[in-house]
Amino acid sequence: MTNPAGARRTRIPLLAVVLGIVSIVAACSTEQGERVEISFWAMGREGELVRELTDRFERENPGIRVRVQQIPWSAAHEKLLTAYAGDAMPDLFQLGNTWIPEFVALNALIPLGPRLDGSRVLDAGDWFSGILDTNVLQDRLYGLPWYVDTRLLFYRRDLFEAAGVTEAPRTWAQWAEAMRRVRAQETAGDFPILLPFDDWTPPIIFALQLGSPLLRDEDRYGGFSDPKFASAFDFYLSFFRQDWAPSTGRDRPNNVYQAFASGQVAMLITGPWNIGEFGVRLPESVQGAWATAPLPAADGEAPGVSIAGGASLVMSRSTAHPDAVWALMEFLTAPQQQVEFNRLTGDLPSSRTAWRMARLDEQAHTRAFWEQLQKVEALPKIPEWERIASRITRYSELVIRREMSPDAALAALNEDVDRILEKRRWLIDKRAAGPVAGLSAP
Amino acid sequence: MNARETRSQTTPHTRTFRKTQRAAYAFLSPSMSAILIFFVGPVVAALGLSFTDFDIYALGNPEYLRFVGLENYLRLVENPRFWKALGNTLYFVVVGGPLSLAVSLGAALLINSRLLRLRGLFRSVFFLPVVTTLVAVAVVWRYLYHPSDGLLNIALGWIGIAPIDWLGDPDWAMPAIILMAVWKNFGYNMIILVAGLQSIPETLYEAARIDGAGRWQQFVHVTLPMLAPTFLFVAIITMIGYFQLFAEPYVMTQGGPSDATLSIVLFMYEEGFRWWNIGYAAAISFILFLIILVVTILQLRFSNRSRT
Repeated sequence: MTNPAGARRTRIPLLAVVLGIVSIVAACSTEQGERVEISFWAMGREGELVRELTDRFERENPGIRVRVQQIPWSAAHEKLLTAYAGDAMPDLFQLGNTWIPEFVALNALIPLGPRLDGSRVLDAGDWFSGILDTNVLQDRLYGLPWYVDTRLLFYRRDLFEAAGVTEAPRTWAQWAEAMRRVRAQETAGDFPILLPFDDWTPPIIFALQLGSPLLRDEDRYGGFSDPKFASAFDFYLSFFRQDWAPSTGRDRPNNVYQAFASGQVAMLITGPWNIGEFGVRLPESVQGAWATAPLPAADGEAPGVSIAGGASLVMSRSTAHPDAVWALMEFLTAPQQQVEFNRLTGDLPSSRTAWRMARLDEQAHTRAFWEQLQKVEALPKIPEWERIASRITRYSELVIRREMSPDAALAALNEDVDRILEKRRWLIDKRAAGPVAGLSAP
Repeated sequence: MNARETRSQTTPHTRTFRKTQRAAYAFLSPSMSAILIFFVGPVVAALGLSFTDFDIYALGNPEYLRFVGLENYLRLVENPRFWKALGNTLYFVVVGGPLSLAVSLGAALLINSRLLRLRGLFRSVFFLPVVTTLVAVAVVWRYLYHPSDGLLNIALGWIGIAPIDWLGDPDWAMPAIILMAVWKNFGYNMIILVAGLQSIPETLYEAARIDGAGRWQQFVHVTLPMLAPTFLFVAIITMIGYFQLFAEPYVMTQGGPSDATLSIVLFMYEEGFRWWNIGYAAAISFILFLIILVVTILQLRFSNRSRT
């Protein structure tokens, strides 16, 4: 905008001024010294709403400034890995708990066990044990559970009652019977349940309920040729074969909320975020008509196992201010803030004390989650898990579409998984042969 | 003696030549270094990576990087998904490419025709999809393709055709993607072809008319041959672009149903950026590079031969 000659004339003085400012600022910050700034990456809505809590944290801790950066979930994984590769990790970040193994393999996280032991605010016994377990790798704790997530039944109580099912099913047999009755009441085009093709969680949940190991030999090989997995897969398929769940694209509803409101589907297996979504998206007429229930068990002991999900707070190994980061982690996971965070986001707290303080364990829709969370299990804690899960989705879809037989699909799945785990086997053998900088050990 | 003479004679020449050459290199160096750093460098690095098993473990610790030679390529050849992706991509190129060219040519002729009024308007309207964001286009087309409430199926219903599950049926998903891609892209080629059409001298048509050529004969013997170089350019650009099919299935179907719309680039993206198998993904990209290179050479050679 200025003429080039003018720009050239001012360049050297300008540079001097800039250097001067930089050195003054640098001098100031070293003089003050105590005020540290920590960066915190949080995803999606949590990233937006957590600011209310960090503002309070800053007021209570004047020496610490928190820079919250909101990352969209869809870009989170890529952004974190790129940040790792570029040595630009935040001090503290939120991590979906199935991602923890990957970042532990990268040696990007600091174990938190010693700090937790010394904490006067937190108590590991206050967390749901299944959820806590997702944060523990090779006996080390790498994340603090921030909010929890699991899957259970959301269903239209009115439609089930109209079909003569007055109580939520507690066993697989009762579940099948309920499906049969609801089906008998429905007209063509309606379905007792919706199981989306791209959701790998139902077959995996059924497998966990039957005690299938999923992977075998220290997670070095696929365990999908196990007869227990075959039975679980068979149960999953029965929903499609009996026409309880839509098995063609044409029958699949475009909008789940509309379908649930209109009664096109009477049941979903989904997570806690839908408590809030249903409250907002379903019309007034069905607001009192839906309910949640823990998952039925394969045998008599309800509830059946579900998967331990949710997000944790983790500390980056590259942080220069571990004490300040820990202070914020402690603050965010303490019961009082957990209650407030639940009020802000609707996320379910990881602290059981917070559940009781907010009376979530007694409220209509969250009570089922309270019961379910006592019985959740971690998925295999290896970086390859999501990749394996995507293979499960792919082969299930082929079988549901009758393009492949269940036996052939499971055999092919197992073969794929063995191939995916080849590097892992090599690493384990390499570690066994001699001391190498370990998969996770610092 | 003679040689020395010649040298002394040419020296001033060579000197000025060298000087200009040096100046030319100096002027070229910024863009050349940019090409070296941002194009040649990454390509060479990617080729190197394709011989390793670079993955999330190797990212964490370079000791976990293995040199695997051609194993990535061999595993690709064994992988049925790779062949599926390659088949889908070829399907898209072979059906979508010519279709796109035909529509572009038709639209260009229409726009160039003197019979048409409001030419500017049509040109803008046809070009509009090209400049529209693909994500927005995808949202609208997903509505159009909806199996029960979509406009397309409702329209088919009027003429008695049963509804088609466009994006949910493995047999229809790729045609649906092709239809959308052709609609989205034909305007770009159309503009280039219109420019080609307008550069054909009017005198040629006049001469043809005097010789008694009809409209069709004028088209076949004047328009097409004169348009050939432009058409070849458009064909190659389209083919290269269509081999790199990615965004349409990425936003519409994520490669589904049953991998029916999985393209090579989508497959590479998935392996590389979703599962972080960088070595494997690099091998995929090199195979794609080779395919495009070979097809482009064949196209050029074929057109050269037909011209002579």
